[in-house]
Amino acid sequence: MLTTITVNGEARSLDLDPRTTLLDALREHLLLTGTKKGCDHGQCGACTVLVNGVRINACLSLAVAHDGDEVTTIEGLGTPEHLHPMQQAFLTHDAYQCGYCTPGQICSAVGMLREVEAGLPSHATRDVRADAVLDGEEIRERMSGNICRCSAYPQIVAAIAAVAEAES
Amino acid sequence: MSSVHDWAAPNPVTTNRSGLIGKGVDRYEGPLKVTGTAPYAYEVRPPSPPAYGVMVGSAIATGRIAAVDTAEAQAAPGVLAVWTHLNVPPQPPRGTKAHPRSTAGSRPALESDRVTHWGQPVALVVADTWENAIAASALVRLSYEAGTPDVDFSARLPDAGQPPGEQDVEIGDFDAGFATSPVTLDETWSTPIQNHCQMEPCASLAWWEGDKCIAHTSVQMVKPAQHGLAETLGIDRDAVHLLTRYIGGGFGGKGQTYDDLTLAALAARALGRPVKVAFSRQQMMHGTIHRPATVQRVRLGAEKDGRLNAFSIMTWTHCHQDGTFTEHASNFARALYAAPNRLTGHRLVKLDLPGAGPMRAPGEASGTLSLECAMDELAEQLGLDPVELRIRNEPAVDPENGRPFSQRQLVRCLREGAQMFGWDRRLPTPGQVRDGRWLVGLGMAAAIRGNFLLPAKCSFSVDAEGVITVRQGMTDIGTGTYTVLAQIAAETLGVPLGVVKVEIGDSELPPAPGSGGQFGAASAGSAALAAGMNLRRAIAELATGDPNSPLYGGDPERVTFQDGVVAIENRSETLAALVRRAAPDGLTAEGDSRPPPDMREWSTQTYGSHFCEVGVDPVTGEVRVRRMLGVFAAGRILNEKTARSQLTGGMIWGVGSALTEGNAVDPRHGSLIGQDLAQYLVPVQADIGDLEAIMLDEVDDKANPMGIKGVGELGNSGAGAAVANAIYNACGVRVRDYPITPDKLLAGLIAKGM
Ligand code: FES
Ligand code: FES
Repeated sequence: MLTTITVNGEARSLDLDPRTTLLDALREHLLLTGTKKGCDHGQCGACTVLVNGVRINACLSLAVAHDGDEVTTIEGLGTPEHLHPMQQAFLTHDAYQCGYCTPGQICSAVGMLREVEAGLPSHATRDVRADAVLDGEEIRERMSGNICRCSAYPQIVAAIAAVAEAES
Repeated sequence: MSSVHDWAAPNPVTTNRSGLIGKGVDRYEGPLKVTGTAPYAYEVRPPSPPAYGVMVGSAIATGRIAAVDTAEAQAAPGVLAVWTHLNVPPQPPRGTKAHPRSTAGSRPALESDRVTHWGQPVALVVADTWENAIAASALVRLSYEAGTPDVDFSARLPDAGQPPGEQDVEIGDFDAGFATSPVTLDETWSTPIQNHCQMEPCASLAWWEGDKCIAHTSVQMVKPAQHGLAETLGIDRDAVHLLTRYIGGGFGGKGQTYDDLTLAALAARALGRPVKVAFSRQQMMHGTIHRPATVQRVRLGAEKDGRLNAFSIMTWTHCHQDGTFTEHASNFARALYAAPNRLTGHRLVKLDLPGAGPMRAPGEASGTLSLECAMDELAEQLGLDPVELRIRNEPAVDPENGRPFSQRQLVRCLREGAQMFGWDRRLPTPGQVRDGRWLVGLGMAAAIRGNFLLPAKCSFSVDAEGVITVRQGMTDIGTGTYTVLAQIAAETLGVPLGVVKVEIGDSELPPAPGSGGQFGAASAGSAALAAGMNLRRAIAELATGDPNSPLYGGDPERVTFQDGVVAIENRSETLAALVRRAAPDGLTAEGDSRPPPDMREWSTQTYGSHFCEVGVDPVTGEVRVRRMLGVFAAGRILNEKTARSQLTGGMIWGVGSALTEGNAVDPRHGSLIGQDLAQYLVPVQADIGDLEAIMLDEVDDKANPMGIKGVGELGNSGAGAAVANAIYNACGVRVRDYPITPDKLLAGLIAKGM
């Protein structure tokens, strides 16, 4: 099926098997292998990308369902020479070890900060009518869909808190 | 022959003139990892588009494949090959050694009709696309003659025997010592099967260039993988170029290769195009090794003042029918506490389960879950503080072999940890502290993990731009190898970090043992230091022998290296200028390192202490880790940032072991019940509260020339016991069957009338 997806700002037309997930379309067809496959079942978050600015698990979504969508992957956030502030924070805080969950963590963190900015509450939000205060507990709750088996969790919280602090 | 005593002489790493050693510099490969541009095995771009292989796992645990029907799979769209044991290309029989110098044997894939564990790869489908391969793999019809799986560990405990070549270790007379001790404890703990759950499932990509196989895979040890593949393919080992540049977690589970590698290489050869094969998350659970379950009986006999008079830990565990792996959960205890009468040993039973194997801190991770809780229970019986009980049993020398400790700062870890954590606020009687609906408790445990040095080689070169390149067949599984090798190189050659390049993960580079057993940094780093020293010598000789160098005629021994400049006192030039002029093709030096025989005269370990605060909800049995502190002594630290990450990561593994991780066996099918990350629960962000790791100053000059030791596994030793002890302090319930899940805790709370 012919599908056009804007990936990292560039319109990409693909003739796809309708069974192809957004994750495999990115990895195997567009060779954007920064987005990782950790479980292919929506259980780990390694495949997190931003679709129209919202974080999703790319493994749980068929690519043909994204015709006309704007997708941002880790490659679209920054490059080794020009890191996105979240990428820089992960580097500075050592918020990763093997690096396999990392692109998903970073995309998830970027999407998560937007959710907070939009006033979306989480399970950890004490007063859902007030603006969420992004403390450690909020970050942990909101980032629990991204597993890091290397367990860089404290460093990930520190990196995200630093970016949130700099942004506010 | 070298000696430990040679290590006392200063070298660039121990002198640390630029201060790079120990510094928390960012990871060398970090910019690639955070931008998604570091290619893991499945993501490497082959010379032409790859075909996709998908493995099919057996649906029985023991028996044979009785009939195979692949007609439908073969006819499915895009299918290029369907293989079972009936038509897989011939491979040399298991265990043959095609090459005299190799260490690994042939491990044929789809070897025969025999099935020895559930999920064993029994078929391969290769297709033009991943989707076609997956769809066709569901059409492979296999029927089985199934045997009755022998998988019930507890039922088979009475049949367990000594692991091959092992004996119990008894010192003094344990029975007599235990019988005459005024205070005794005799309890049994059990730990479940655990799965590594590396975030990157095992994956391989292979293609052929003539008779040479290029194979990218995800493995912790390069050389055995290369040799094993060569022998399985029946070719010379030099005909396999094996690469593993980025590895998405290993933890011991990628210490060996699996059938994805063999099948990718065989299929690439048969089809004449690149083929990639990955395990699915579900296939990882059965298709790769696991940490086996244990039952551990701990007996402690103490004097009234807390000094241990008798001490025993006996471990029962299991491995695969064809295996001998033993989870040595009793071994660590041999060096931990003093006691004149001691008995330790292991019993092993073989089951029709997938292969048991090493997982982060093999032995310690399981064993501390019993002994370090037993010490807590004993402290309570004695009315002693658990920290004090451990200090009272601090040995002066290794209690089993009488060797001096090279360095042992366990007591300092305990004392400083207690102080930093606020341990004095702990109430010894459980169930006394409430915070809203939570019962709050504090717990602690000691940590110990052995230290090793393995033979390794390395090469260093300098080019005409003054760039130093480190080359080594080493791996980085998230441990920081790239970074610490760059730091060692920069400090040794006196150049900025920015001009150092590191190439690892390649079978054509000088061999190193790989990552495992927390021996990586010490083994690989010692060889790197040796190579760096040899390159320094070569550069010094080049400068002092070159009439055009300001250093000409000087004593090569007196050449200094700093800030990219070589000098003898005030005569100097830049390293780049020297090499460009005098050796425009660059200079290369090799170095190697191996443990000297007298290293065995010392008992060398890494140590630590864990302190933990938990909340227990007495209504739901839920446990929350509120804060945790680890204090560690592990020799000189090469990079305080990456070392801390290793330690906090290990501590979080301890939290998982205590609270959620464990896989149960389905006795009907001989399969593991947890088959993905929704059923096998590893810790997630919300499970971890404030958590910190502190590293004490230490130099262990009996460990290696750099005075460093490993940290990759130490953090995992004892961490789970600290959580378990905190749970007891919070609510007064001891659960000795890990993990401590709400159902078990609730049963205890109800029994206590809470
Ligand atoms: S790969 Fe998508 S959530 Fe795991
Ligand atoms: S960095 Fe390895 S899984 Fe997160």
